[in-house]
Amino acid sequence: MWSLTELETEAILLSLRVAATAVIASLPLGILVAWLLARCRFPGKELLNGLVHLPLILPPVVVGYLLLVTLGRNGTVGAWLFDAFGITLAFTWKGAAVASAVMAFPLMVRAIRLSLESIDPRLEQAAWTLGASPRWVFATVTLPLALPGILTGVILAFARSLGEFGATITFVSNIPSETRTLPLALFSLVNTPGGEQGALRLVMISIVIAMLALAASELLARRISARLRG
Amino acid sequence: MTGNAAIEADIVARFGPFRLNANFAAGAGLTAIFGPSGCGKTSLINVLAGLHKPESGRVAIDGKVLFDSARNINLPPHRRRLGYVFQDGRLFPHLTVHSNLTYGTRWVAKSDRHQDFDHVVELLNLGPLLTRRPRKLSGGEKQRVAIGRALLASPRLLLMDEPLASLDVVQKAEILPFIERLRDELRLPIAFVSHSVEEVVRLGDTLVILSEGNTVECGPIEEVMSRIDLPQVADLYEAGAAVRVMVEGHDDTFGLTRLAFTGGTLLVPRLERATGARLRVRIRARDVALSLARPTGTSVLNVLDGRIVEIGKVSGSLMDILVDVGCPIIARITRKSFHELELHCGQKVFAMIKAVAVDRSSGDSANVTKIIS
Repeated sequence: MWSLTELETEAILLSLRVAATAVIASLPLGILVAWLLARCRFPGKELLNGLVHLPLILPPVVVGYLLLVTLGRNGTVGAWLFDAFGITLAFTWKGAAVASAVMAFPLMVRAIRLSLESIDPRLEQAAWTLGASPRWVFATVTLPLALPGILTGVILAFARSLGEFGATITFVSNIPSETRTLPLALFSLVNTPGGEQGALRLVMISIVIAMLALAASELLARRISARLRG
Repeated sequence: MTGNAAIEADIVARFGPFRLNANFAAGAGLTAIFGPSGCGKTSLINVLAGLHKPESGRVAIDGKVLFDSARNINLPPHRRRLGYVFQDGRLFPHLTVHSNLTYGTRWVAKSDRHQDFDHVVELLNLGPLLTRRPRKLSGGEKQRVAIGRALLASPRLLLMDEPLASLDVVQKAEILPFIERLRDELRLPIAFVSHSVEEVVRLGDTLVILSEGNTVECGPIEEVMSRIDLPQVADLYEAGAAVRVMVEGHDDTFGLTRLAFTGGTLLVPRLERATGARLRVRIRARDVALSLARPTGTSVLNVLDGRIVEIGKVSGSLMDILVDVGCPIIARITRKSFHELELHCGQKVFAMIKAVAVDRSSGDSANVTKIIS
């Protein structure tokens, strides 16, 4: 009863791997975009802002389809990726990570942007006059002060990735032990006669993982903000 | 110090609708940039620091050109090596006091480091604070750490933007002696923004007066403060001369202190300063009366003989007279007296000084006016 089946273990590990890959790979870009939106003025800023938020508003299936069209083996970017690096995204777990990252990106950027906007730019000025070049100012003042927001963004994006369904199933399909993450496994069980028992177990597992992630992030966030406040 | 002026600035800068037109040169020591709020003092400091790019002009510190629009030079702030002490401290909240202090050191080449950590900690008495976080510091402590942080970046010049403005009287008195030690012991040129004439007289060597974005006056403090022809600065501070004095000795019988200056000796209520200590006092124009004959039977202790060198413009019933008593002092008298005494330039007069404003340096209290009658 309490031990996990092979299928469950596989789905959990795959989900964690997909979500972690999605978050880690998109974090640098997320920080960059959040910084651009929070601190810079440039033509097309509103366009970038809209583009970043698009996955939040679009039906996930649309995002999945767009990914398939562009990143699929016959898509422009997908073909280039395969020819140049031998990377295939469509119908692989890496593709699932890409789908998750795209869907979670707006949440990540919003959280980081908010924390960047709350940083007093006068502290950065102070660091600048003390001899730190703009890059070092960013690394030694901006980034540490934005840490709570970055952590929030990471947690939100991780949670969103764990739950990603629509874009994933459209882009990389529902392939056992390759792209069948927790939600997809649940979907399969629900559609299988007699799968209710297994579905219920997956629901419980999902809830436990979500609670654990939430508790961990709370704990971390408290520690970090206590340290920042001195 | 090299032979170059510590600060040379000749710039035109625009801050929205506000225009700053600054042109001055100042030597070593502490340059006080003085003016009412909104006159562009902070803007000027920001231009020097490189935080705001002027439209045109030239800025050089200790002979090193930092900005020159003609030669297309504009060093970014991190290459200027100016220590900036902000009005609000701006300590990094995520770092301890120790890490705040050393923040600027690592960016300076070893050969350019002229400040020693232990010495600065000792000078500013920061030892007990090192492991604390900025949030746990009092206002005065924060400013001391901010000064230390700027110093440890081994700057060519220390910029201080009203570092005392956010402090109460007690905290101010706590910081002032430290700023004097920087000026005197480290021999670091300092540009000090202030709107307090007491701070300026106490700390300054050179005075730059800003009014509505223009530098209206620049020179040694005694010289500038004895000008009576500057209508722009009339409202900035109460007219009065700044006089350099040295503690000559104490008179224990009457509890007085003798202050020697170029025109003789001033007697003031006892100051707790060692013989030989140098300080600057202010003699306000309204505390000086003039007499054609040596007054006798007066309670005024300080009577100095001198000569009228300049007659100022009339404002209402009053006018200012500049008298040379060995150094220039200003007397504010009524127009009626001026006519009745038939005063004119070159005339010999006696100046009766009713009060001398002394800024006590012991750090136990702020500015105290001593009345001598």
